[in-house]
Amino acid sequence: MKPLVFSLRERPSQRLDLSPLVPHQLAGKTTTAIERIALQTTRERISVGDIFRLRMGDAEHIRFDGGSERFDRVGYAMTGGEIVADGDVGVQAGRLMAGGRLAVRGDAGPWAASGMKGGAIEILGTAGDHLGGPLAGEIAGMRGGIVVVRGGTGARAADRMRRGTIIVEGEAGPYAGSRMIAGTLIVHRKAGPLPGYLMKRGSIVLGEGCSELSPTFLDCGAHRLLAMRLWAGLVEPYSERAAALLRRPLRRFAGDMAVSGKGEVFVGNSS
Amino acid sequence: MRVLTVKGVQVDDTFAEAFGMRATALIITADSARWARQAALSMTGFATSVIGCGCEAGIERTLTSRQTPDGRPGVRVLLFAVSTGELQKQLQARVAQTVLTSAGSACYAGLDGEEPLRLGNALRYFGDGWQISKRFGARHYWRIPVMDGEFVCEATTGLTKKAVGGGNLLIIGRTSQSTLAAAEAAAAAIAKVPDVIAPFPGGIVRSGSKVGSKYKGVPASTNDAFCPTLRGAVKSALNGDDGAVLEIVIDGLTSEAVAAAMRAGIAAIVKLGPKRGATRISAGNYGGKLGPHHYHLRDLLP
Repeated sequence: MKPLVFSLRERPSQRLDLSPLVPHQLAGKTTTAIERIALQTTRERISVGDIFRLRMGDAEHIRFDGGSERFDRVGYAMTGGEIVADGDVGVQAGRLMAGGRLAVRGDAGPWAASGMKGGAIEILGTAGDHLGGPLAGEIAGMRGGIVVVRGGTGARAADRMRRGTIIVEGEAGPYAGSRMIAGTLIVHRKAGPLPGYLMKRGSIVLGEGCSELSPTFLDCGAHRLLAMRLWAGLVEPYSERAAALLRRPLRRFAGDMAVSGKGEVFVGNSS
Repeated sequence: MRVLTVKGVQVDDTFAEAFGMRATALIITADSARWARQAALSMTGFATSVIGCGCEAGIERTLTSRQTPDGRPGVRVLLFAVSTGELQKQLQARVAQTVLTSAGSACYAGLDGEEPLRLGNALRYFGDGWQISKRFGARHYWRIPVMDGEFVCEATTGLTKKAVGGGNLLIIGRTSQSTLAAAEAAAAAIAKVPDVIAPFPGGIVRSGSKVGSKYKGVPASTNDAFCPTLRGAVKSALNGDDGAVLEIVIDGLTSEAVAAAMRAGIAAIVKLGPKRGATRISAGNYGGKLGPHHYHLRDLLP
């Protein structure tokens, strides 16, 4: 089937809320109905027809030709199908996503995959702060699914994550995996200071270590754990780099002992 | 009873009567094929008959490192019991005492069944609070710290209610040696059939039983009709030159699998022929009123 294509006419004059443009919301809608959908975030009205040239196709496969860091909430709460954004996206890409696949062929802003419950997100560029994290006032961040960021990420990736897997193939900023409740964060390269800050449970794997590990993480020795080998097989279809990292011997640090201490940070032996 | 003859081997025109059972499957892996097999042998030991063991279990197939979830050599084990409750109890007790304890082992679901049975979800408490739950998509695993590292165990495995237990072949020959040769050939052929096990030692049982006994409280006793030494004393099912009888009992995940196994067994016995192997094949039944599954030997001939 041909995809439903939104081609960007010109750079948007304000931030846009693209949350209505997801497969389950567009299914069965006519061209006119879609063109009338309002996307503005200020008092100045902007509808789909003003900003995009529309080429009708299967709403299960949505494509944005051209991106902008003003494209907010792309793939909001999507339940299935596929969205490909051929460029950058703004804040909260894939927030509350429950199924399907979202691919961003540029950079994503902060709070990408925030509160995600299922499905898969791939970001070819970098992701901003709070990847998978909760918005202010929310108890948990990501609750399921898998996120792969081919570039690096900002501060507090996987903040308050409860379940699911986040793979960062580049570097992670400070406080990666802070306040994690459970789940898995794999950073192929180096993380900033204090990864796993106040984490309760969950696993963080750092290929090249971090600039500073809290003294509340305790060295449990280097191991080749079967669970990591099993995990390598599971993540291999998403990231060969992450799979290769998991097959290496990893030094296990248990923590954060400042809270329950049932979490773990694995660090690859760089030698 | 009518008797058919296939390449010199007599086949009684009778049927095997089998029962519906609950079954599950597990994949056990280890660092080497030898240790995966060791764990599976311990787990399926003393699991020949539900009459005295609570369950019937056996190794269904050997898996290469490409066929297992963790990329190590493994085996697939089938476990059969008469009720879901008993199956859960046997599964939990056997995995806890034999697979968890075996060096380097790991244990995964071997069946996507209708309902889940608790596997790691039951064993995780051995971790005393240090157990770690890991989910990926629909799969859920437990990591339990043990003295050689971690025991990785899938949270649940599947249950099937379509399993069949008690498919059987009675292999009759002139001497115990030739009868055993035929039974071994049949057991080897059945071992290659997917989704079935032959739970007795080496896949063969020499003490076939009938229901009940002259003694109070004994649920099963020797199948005197097939005992050669009682040939003249009881209402025997044996003919003048029948000197030994061995039985193969087959449990399968589906009725089709049991039929396929019986077919493979009969073909192997017929191929060996009456001179080197068995002279006659029969099957055990209870008149057809107890078990819902009937496997007529005439439908399973090669």
